[in-house]
Amino acid sequence: MQQPPLFSPSVLTISELTRYLRQLFESDELLQDVWVQGEVSNLACPSSGHIYLTLKDQSAALRCVIWRSTAERLRLSLQNGMAVEAHGEVRVYEVSGQYQLYIDLLRPVGEGLLYREFLRLKARLEREGLFDPQRKRPPPQLPACIAVVTSASGAALQDMLNTLRSRYPLATVVLAATPVQGDEAPPAIVAALEKLNRQVKPDVIIVARGGGSLEDLWAFNDERVVRAIAASQAPVVTGIGHETDFTLADFAADLRAPTPTAAVVAATPDKGDLQAGLSVLRRDLVALYQGILNGYRRRLDQSRLGLLRASPLRVVQVNRQRLDEVSERARRAMRSRLQLRIAELDGVSRRLAALSPTAVLERGFAIVRDGQGAVVRSVAQALPGLDLCVTVADGNFDAVVKDNVKRPDAGDDTMDV
Amino acid sequence: MPKTTHAIEKMSYEQALAELEEIVAALEGGETSLENAIKLYERGQALGRHCADLLNQAELRLQELSVTSAALSTVEDESP
Repeated sequence: MQQPPLFSPSVLTISELTRYLRQLFESDELLQDVWVQGEVSNLACPSSGHIYLTLKDQSAALRCVIWRSTAERLRLSLQNGMAVEAHGEVRVYEVSGQYQLYIDLLRPVGEGLLYREFLRLKARLEREGLFDPQRKRPPPQLPACIAVVTSASGAALQDMLNTLRSRYPLATVVLAATPVQGDEAPPAIVAALEKLNRQVKPDVIIVARGGGSLEDLWAFNDERVVRAIAASQAPVVTGIGHETDFTLADFAADLRAPTPTAAVVAATPDKGDLQAGLSVLRRDLVALYQGILNGYRRRLDQSRLGLLRASPLRVVQVNRQRLDEVSERARRAMRSRLQLRIAELDGVSRRLAALSPTAVLERGFAIVRDGQGAVVRSVAQALPGLDLCVTVADGNFDAVVKDNVKRPDAGDDTMDV
Repeated sequence: MPKTTHAIEKMSYEQALAELEEIVAALEGGETSLENAIKLYERGQALGRHCADLLNQAELRLQELSVTSAALSTVEDESP
């Protein structure tokens, strides 16, 4: 037996050791992400909302904590003695020097088994091509007949019928009531699907069930049900459980909706949308008809115009117009000739005015007349002593000839007047 | 234009709507005689009225299909 050395090289504090262990736990991959199975004991649910329990088997125990945020999402009510599978992370709680499992997922034992079974069946049916996207048919836009496979007593049915009434009351709904959970459910659902396809031939089949636990929904993971849905002649819309629930029936269906009501919505058009679409169609009808009528009217107008152009009346009208034009030209020619004459007259009058004695008198000439009023034109007439009357521009005066001298170059022809 | 003209009041919404759509398409095509256009328009109007009436007055018709044996049609307890 060996004695420990009296002066050990290093002595750890409790805190140091505990921190060392904590780091050891935290660096271990398995401890960060582990599933354990055990029986619930020492269950404590204080008002804080956190849950404390111990999971144990025949020979060991594990302290566990479920934080309130996780506890609120638990689907099962925990009881002492319950066999569960828990998932989480093992950490050291330094204050009391204990290691604990901090649980984030919890399910009853058996559910894990069911889940593995589910995955195996899903993989097998997937390989067979039952879930092929190419197999999926869209539900018809305006189903005249909608079959509903669900429980006659469930709230889901009433919700669905209410939605159908307000949304699409045009359809005939055929209800094929079946159990939707338990052992009798799968054969009943299969029989309903077969009978509907054989006898009723609906436009679409809605397979629905309200929310429930995983076991409650298990009938919709039954291979017989899945195959019947895949084989259905009418498109199948599923609405099983809640948003988060996925069953194999959902995978086989032509369309999966998250809830029964959502399945109705997915399988039917909305009355308001239909009314809006119908209004557009009716407006189009009127507009197109008016357009066609207008087209015919336009063509008629054009033909009448053509007829008018070709008619004898038109020839008369053309001649009348030509006549109008000719008379207008004649009128114009006449008027211009008249204007010419007026201008001529004007010129003559002007010349006449120039010749007027008054105008000559204005320029300083005078008219000389003898006692008898005869105009004196020649020296020969103006004998000395002759009384003369002289007219100038502004009047007359009398004069007497004193002498006369004949211009030597003038002839005597003027003397005889 | 459908080959046969059915009595409108007996038509389903889907049938009436489909024929109304056909008529609108035919009028859209344009090449139709005036007489035919008038006929199409009048039938279209009647179909539109019928569809609107169906939408406004429809009541959901509910039928039940008993699935198979009596055992299956008994009302079961369900806790949704």
